[in-house]
Amino acid sequence: MKRKTAWRLGVSGAALMVATTLTATAWAQTATSDSTAMAKEFAYEKALMSAKPIGPADKPWLQSLSSATVDTAKYKKAPPYRVCFSNASVSNPWRVVGWKVMQAEAELHKSEIASLSYADAQDKDDKQISDIRAFVTGGKCDVLIVSPHTSDALTPVVEEACKVLPVITFDRSVNTTCPVTAVRTIGGYAYGIAGATYVVDHMPKGGKLLELRTAPGIDVFETRDDAAAKIFTDAGIKPIGVEYTGADNAKTKAVVSDYLSRFGKIDAVWVDFGAMSVAVAEAFEDAGQDYPIITGEDQEDYLQKWKQEGFKGIAPTYPAYQWRTALIAALDVLQGKPVYGPNWILPQPIITSANLDQYVNAKMPPLHYAACGCEGMPGYPERWGGKP
Amino acid sequence: MTAKILTHAVSRPPTPRVAWRRINPTIVIFLVLLAAICWISPLYRTAPGLMSLLQRASPVIILSAGQTFVLVTGGFDLSVGSLITLVVVACALITGGDGSLTWIALLAAYGIGLTVGLINGAIVAWGKVPSIITTLGMLLSVKGVAMLWSGGAPEGYLPVNLRYFGRYVWRHVPLIQRLPVAVVVLVGSLAVLVWLFHFTNFGRLLLMIGDNPRAAELSGVPVRRQRMLAFVISALAAVTAGILLGGFSGVSVDVGTGYELEATSAAVIGGVVLLGGEGSMTGAIFGGLTLYALFTLLNLIGFPEPLRVAVQGLILVAAAALTARRSGTRQ
Repeated sequence: MKRKTAWRLGVSGAALMVATTLTATAWAQTATSDSTAMAKEFAYEKALMSAKPIGPADKPWLQSLSSATVDTAKYKKAPPYRVCFSNASVSNPWRVVGWKVMQAEAELHKSEIASLSYADAQDKDDKQISDIRAFVTGGKCDVLIVSPHTSDALTPVVEEACKVLPVITFDRSVNTTCPVTAVRTIGGYAYGIAGATYVVDHMPKGGKLLELRTAPGIDVFETRDDAAAKIFTDAGIKPIGVEYTGADNAKTKAVVSDYLSRFGKIDAVWVDFGAMSVAVAEAFEDAGQDYPIITGEDQEDYLQKWKQEGFKGIAPTYPAYQWRTALIAALDVLQGKPVYGPNWILPQPIITSANLDQYVNAKMPPLHYAACGCEGMPGYPERWGGKP
Repeated sequence: MTAKILTHAVSRPPTPRVAWRRINPTIVIFLVLLAAICWISPLYRTAPGLMSLLQRASPVIILSAGQTFVLVTGGFDLSVGSLITLVVVACALITGGDGSLTWIALLAAYGIGLTVGLINGAIVAWGKVPSIITTLGMLLSVKGVAMLWSGGAPEGYLPVNLRYFGRYVWRHVPLIQRLPVAVVVLVGSLAVLVWLFHFTNFGRLLLMIGDNPRAAELSGVPVRRQRMLAFVISALAAVTAGILLGGFSGVSVDVGTGYELEATSAAVIGGVVLLGGEGSMTGAIFGGLTLYALFTLLNLIGFPEPLRVAVQGLILVAAAALTARRSGTRQ
């Protein structure tokens, strides 16, 4: 009897795994973007990277790379305002940092804000759809901020909301222009371009490059990798491997150690997500080898390691200060001030060895994002887990 | 059922066994994988290379050995992965990078493990809730506590002396040159687990409960207490695995995710029967080694990701089927 059960378990397990694999493959394929659209967006973001932003240089969250504005006179109201915010989730450290940034921004506007109502969709489209409906039908919001979980699924409900009150989106956007403005940064291609260009410029000729990726089929990581892959191909560099680590430190270390054992030496490691970078550095330490070029992101653990060890690094960012911008835009709209739109494109700083000192802060926790724009905000640094 | 057991016991004379049949097939699978690894990478032909492989495999092996205590009673423990997350997050938050607080963090970690194990065990044994549901609930609660406590972004590093267990390697050791601390922890933990499982009444009774809980109860085995202790052992093994894993790789919010299934697969590959009653520590240990060797081999070959997942799945199922077949023919 036991034998039969074991076989049955085995067979159903096999079927399940094959099915999962097929789905994963299909998913990865649909995610691969159309090449002409990609080339267009790539060129657009590349141009934006060298464009000069408008606005105060010391306050990047108020800057914009496009000068177009939207007239908001029709939304003008007398304060105080009831602000509602539908958040996709706080399921990763970046979103945790960002949500604290937005709350701190709200404290700066105490006199204008009557309430900040908040709904966390916990990474579920259906929850976010009902959250937004509840805000709209509840009638207790003067403005709605949405950080959409996915673009397609949220588009119809955002269109419904637009008919009732002004809407601001940020981070991801939706497939409609009905929101007053969509706050965004330059984008994933710019991230990929920055890190890959640094590798191309600093890696010795014929050097060995390892590419580490988080997971297939996630739009933000796909665009980062598409851009980097293009830069590497154009420079005639063929990576010795492209590996998925699921951003798991143990797996990252294991993968890098195995590559070191296979190739003896690695000259550069490019990552599509900075949470892996310190694990990469540690794999080289444990193998008793010199650090290669290691790209990263604005997580403090990477910046501190980079500063301490002095290896060749670069940190493109996906700045968390956009959480401030979204709230500022919402208040501006209610005050009838023109806002940048229909896209408010924020600059996307790149941290290099030249400006590293400006971002690194040993008092901040390892998973804090340095491009939070939060240094002067109420409760800094304790609110973000830093030591005074 | 009773009649069947009786005839089974009476009518079958002990069959003479060929020696090779008694070898757990997992050991053979592991040796084949290891040979392939050595063939591809010269590093793994050296003692330091093998030691580093063992170092990285330690958490999974300890976890799979601990999980086996629950599996042989016919239960599951799905909470171990998130328990690892909680242990790592707790150690980071308690110490905040301060090495003088390490011993407090370690005590707290084992305290958390003990509590989680006791709750799991009590609910399964006295509440009569199926273990798969109980521990799934525990998985979510423990993960929730970890997220709540850390606010979603762990604050603080693990101090160097806490990471020592998972990361440090003694150099210039005679014969093997390099000896990772994790390997010493592994050997120590396994010694305790093997002793408990094979050399105490407690271990033998666990197998009996898994084989036939009713018979065990009728013959006076304290079934509930046994079951509860099995969950406690599994949880304490998870804490140890968590300390090693956190030490090896540092703080992250995802550390430990998915390890519950890895540990279960490892045990099944090693011939531990999912519905209980059969299993050995040798099997669990070599199951863990086989699983890790498989990951390493696929890394070394450098398959593209989707193909790798497929191959990994097929090999896992094949290995489990082979072991199940072998234990089937023996009955």
